Amino acid sequence: MRPTGEAEAVLVQILFYLFATLLVAGALGVISARNPVYSVLFLVFSFINSAAIWLLVEAEFLAIVLVLVYVGAVMVLFLFVVMMLDINLAEIRQGFTRFAWLGWITAAALIVEIVGVIWRHGLGGVDVGRGFVSEPANYSNTLALGRVLYTRYAYPFELAAVLLVVAIVAAIALTLRRRPGMKVQDVSRQVAVRAEERLRVVKVSAEKRS
Amino acid sequence: MHTTIHHLLALWATLPEIVRTLVWILIITIGVILCVAFLTLWERKVIGWMQLRRGPNRVRIFGLLPGLGQPFADVFKLLTKEVVVPSGASQFLFRIAPALALVPALAAWAVIPLSPELVVSKANAGLLYLLALSSMGVYGIILAGWSANSKYAMLGAMRSAAQMVAYEIAMGFALVGVLMAAGSMNLGDIVRHQQGGFLAWNWFWLFPLFVVYFIAGVAETNRAPFDVAEGESEIVAGFHVEYSGIAFALFFLAEYANMILISALTAVFFFGGWISPVAGYPLIGHTFLADPSFFWLGLKVFVFLFLFLWLRATFPRYRYDQIMRLGWKALIPVTLVWIGVEMVMAAIHIGPWARPWFH
Repeated sequence: MRPTGEAEAVLVQILFYLFATLLVAGALGVISARNPVYSVLFLVFSFINSAAIWLLVEAEFLAIVLVLVYVGAVMVLFLFVVMMLDINLAEIRQGFTRFAWLGWITAAALIVEIVGVIWRHGLGGVDVGRGFVSEPANYSNTLALGRVLYTRYAYPFELAAVLLVVAIVAAIALTLRRRPGMKVQDVSRQVAVRAEERLRVVKVSAEKRS
Repeated sequence: MHTTIHHLLALWATLPEIVRTLVWILIITIGVILCVAFLTLWERKVIGWMQLRRGPNRVRIFGLLPGLGQPFADVFKLLTKEVVVPSGASQFLFRIAPALALVPALAAWAVIPLSPELVVSKANAGLLYLLALSSMGVYGIILAGWSANSKYAMLGAMRSAAQMVAYEIAMGFALVGVLMAAGSMNLGDIVRHQQGGFLAWNWFWLFPLFVVYFIAGVAETNRAPFDVAEGESEIVAGFHVEYSGIAFALFFLAEYANMILISALTAVFFFGGWISPVAGYPLIGHTFLADPSFFWLGLKVFVFLFLFLWLRATFPRYRYDQIMRLGWKALIPVTLVWIGVEMVMAAIHIGPWARPWFH
């Protein structure tokens, strides 16, 4: 359903503010939750809400990929790790007030940077006053994205892929260690085993009934 | 009588689109849940027959067919039981986890084409939507295991999470192969592009991918022989050990709904969905059997569901390290190699790539 009429436009507005509020609330939950597992779940909640906002501007590919990659894969691994950690909360909270000023400075620097970029470059040619203009019915966001990604931005795209491969190799190389004395099964030997090596069929002569 | 139907159809057409969509969603959801109910009975019957038993044979409906009322008896029993929340459990997550397991399994039906006309959403990115949803199903299981504050549940959740993450990759790559052969992510188009007889279906040209997809599907649903997440002989019942009553029933429902979903997807991706296999044959080629319809999709789904049950009755459980090895070192390489083979097939225009829309 595309926002064509007045009523749909209002509906889209309402939905946007709903999801935006939930997104901000979820983000606040990430930093304020006492339990790290809840923090991760709040982050998942925020991702889903931002995916919904992307859907509202008809970027269905980005929305689904956000859910698929971040919610479906990355956050599952986060959860996996956080659940297995035995975190002492009191220990973590010890230096909270002492180092709070560091956090405030970082946040302020981030905000200054964001505002600075918008100040200098504008919003990349988007006319904010006109509101959101929907594309014609046969327009495919996925197709358009693929078109620019594989033509105009082919080199940056390939570069990103190479970077990811390097990162994967590095991550595996860093965590790979050979500890001595580990009991590991030799799979090829397990597969190659035959019944005669493991099983001995013994013929026992039956006893005579007395 | 005839005019009444006409009136009803006219009324149906005047309803706003959103109401009609909601009605279809309701019909499909109830249909899936009913299928789950009778699938549990069918499973117990089939495995019973395979093991030379009778299976459930006491509860009848209207004096018909021994065992037919069993699913309803089970549901009423579970509904009337108390839902126990363990002390020390994370209350909110413990209660919401069964719903998180069930919702993706039901929501996925939105993009599955049930017949040439009938599909709730003709989403262009339908295949991506399915991948995204199937990757969210794992949350219900992990959270159930963690929130219960029980060691067995935690172990089951960990096993299940590792297994689902591993097999999702193989599944995703198998679907990349399907995507290449169909040239579309819309499920309706994927089915339509398989038209042209039994051998034109994707299973013929993508046979290794079909095998990988189905095995990964069995692993994703945590079914035997990949059911280490439940592992009743080692970790009691795995992630849902602390659940009772209807909360347990929801996990049960989610597992079986996922089985039906995987069977339907296998039929859609590799066996032509609602396309009839007998179209164009003499004698039956001109009857209703040759028409593409829901009947054929249903039949294909039934065959794959039977395969699920057959596997469970046949194979002993895999060891955990064997599951990981099969997923990472056997299935994923097979899909990668076959995607390479597909590139060659696409370059020399054979199989699905000989069709007009690839020129």
